[in-house]
Amino acid sequence: MKGHKFNWPIWAGFLLSSIAFLSYFLVFVWFPVTRDFPWANLLLFGIAAALLLVGVRRAFAPDRSRPKLSKIVGSVLPTLSIAIFGFFIFTTFIIARHLPASHNAPHSGQKAALFTLSDSNGKAVSLSELLTSTIGGKTPKGVLLIFYRGYW
Amino acid sequence: MTKLEEVGIRPVAISVDSPEESRDLCRKAGYTFTFLSDPKSEVIRRYDLVHAGAGINGQDIARPAEFLVDSSGTVRWVNLTENYWVRARPEQILEVAKTLR
Repeated sequence: MKGHKFNWPIWAGFLLSSIAFLSYFLVFVWFPVTRDFPWANLLLFGIAAALLLVGVRRAFAPDRSRPKLSKIVGSVLPTLSIAIFGFFIFTTFIIARHLPASHNAPHSGQKAALFTLSDSNGKAVSLSELLTSTIGGKTPKGVLLIFYRGYW
Repeated sequence: MTKLEEVGIRPVAISVDSPEESRDLCRKAGYTFTFLSDPKSEVIRRYDLVHAGAGINGQDIARPAEFLVDSSGTVRWVNLTENYWVRARPEQILEVAKTLR
């Protein structure tokens, strides 16, 4: 085997690491079975690791046609892939942060607790008003309460 | 959000942000619907959505949640995502909105 061959395993490993990361947020997060514990992504990272190992061996083999370039590629790509994996672990296991259970939040069929709060102009607005004041001349069919964390 | 208003649903966003902060957010993001301020988490607490100490300055904030309330004040749909990364898709809400009279 001569060293002219393109080191496909190392590039495939790096690409797969990127896919393993992105696919969680784009695909797997929508299915509870792969969302709650990201085993599908960990599997992809595992395969990527295997490819990278093969690629690193190849990159540092003595018969490469451009040994210096091979070693640079063989060092940078695995490092980047490890960084991607580390960031994945950080975002999915740490940032995802255990949310409170909220067992006493209203369920479907229950009455929504009434309240009055200030709007962005400082004017007091009640839930009753929000349910009855017209939108484009028509009475609303309902209100969607969107609780969110806040600007930051 | 305009899609929701088209089907007769009024979106109302609630957080601990002050009216000034909400105005700022609306201006930057181009939101035109109602934003309410609950700085002491009073309503957030009543809806059992307090995420203690999770704010950037360690303050209590709301965990993300959505409730579709019909004209009689009854909750008809709830989204309490267990995963921070999952948000309700607009299509889901529109589907439920169609069932409201």
